[in-house]
Amino acid sequence: MVVPAWNEEGSIASVLCEISHALPTADVLVVDDFSSDGTAAIARSAGVDVISNVFNLGVGGAMRVGFRYAADRDYDALVQIDADGQHDPAYAPGLLEALNSAPGPALVIGARFDSSEDFPVPRARRWAMRLLAAYLSRLTGCRLTDATSGYRAYNRDAIALFARTYPADYLSDTVESLIIASGAGARISQLSTVMRERAAGMPSQSRARALLYLSRVALMLFLQAIQPRSARRATRAARPAGPTPAFRRATPDQPTAEEKP
Amino acid sequence: MSGVHLTVLLSTGAAVAAVVELLRRRHIREKYAVVWLAVCLPMTVFAIDPNLFNRLAHAIGVINPPDLLTVLACLFLLVVCVYMSWELGRLDDRTRRLAEEVALLRRDVGSGH
Repeated sequence: MVVPAWNEEGSIASVLCEISHALPTADVLVVDDFSSDGTAAIARSAGVDVISNVFNLGVGGAMRVGFRYAADRDYDALVQIDADGQHDPAYAPGLLEALNSAPGPALVIGARFDSSEDFPVPRARRWAMRLLAAYLSRLTGCRLTDATSGYRAYNRDAIALFARTYPADYLSDTVESLIIASGAGARISQLSTVMRERAAGMPSQSRARALLYLSRVALMLFLQAIQPRSARRATRAARPAGPTPAFRRATPDQPTAEEKP
Repeated sequence: MSGVHLTVLLSTGAAVAAVVELLRRRHIREKYAVVWLAVCLPMTVFAIDPNLFNRLAHAIGVINPPDLLTVLACLFLLVVCVYMSWELGRLDDRTRRLAEEVALLRRDVGSGH
């Protein structure tokens, strides 16, 4: 389980507690993205592995750290879950199961139910989201309703792919990673989950930001459409370089059991 | 020598001297040195003899020589800006990768605080 966290001291403890109930055998890594509050200390005292970034890298950068951590340690699967408590860890085993063991990169998105009534969303934005979802569904060959969800499970090949290519750009990592994954021929599927209200902290999307975000996504899709063939091949050929032996230490704390239950 | 000519000569001289001094102290990397020297040389020549530039402009059909100067300057700056944003993006990517590496290594040596 990889938990990217930035200033989530109000919710991190309960999220970690729920994770340990839902997946008792899983190794948990909190990537503390240069929080200024007690997030890292709380996570550390909960007994999970914590990596602290040396400056704020954004969710994308924090996740890339998580992917590299998992790739170096040769994990079978990785679940990404938000630290703000809106994702219920109880769905994590289901996400892992949905990965199944077919070869090639695969990822499963924990999507929120059509929640237009629970969460009031401006109409323009809802239409934009729908358009985006339709486009991504066509691109990935799977009906996606919540492409921006940060609740996801990845198999070994997807970990290796994203350890190298996970997009670090501000806010666009969730959608862009889907585009990269489908470009690399990954199997993408989605599982409906119930999202909760954020347990604590400020939502990272105001209306202005949402607009900025959507225009960024549109630009990104445009750039993807005009991308030269050679670059696409490069992503597709982005095979794991394997763990970096120079940086591995044979410490006793290295997990021997794989994460997948 | 007119006052305008003197002003042009002096300011060009100052600009060229500044670039050369930065190059001499290695504050500008060699790969950029060629570019800036290539700009400085014609600047000096034209500052010494502005008529040369006027004749060049007329030769390629520009009626008002300062227009040619403006267009050339804008084009050059545009190219420099595009190159700089490419370079900046590359540096940003490398810095991020280094930061990720540092975070992972710091955890491995057990001083993650």
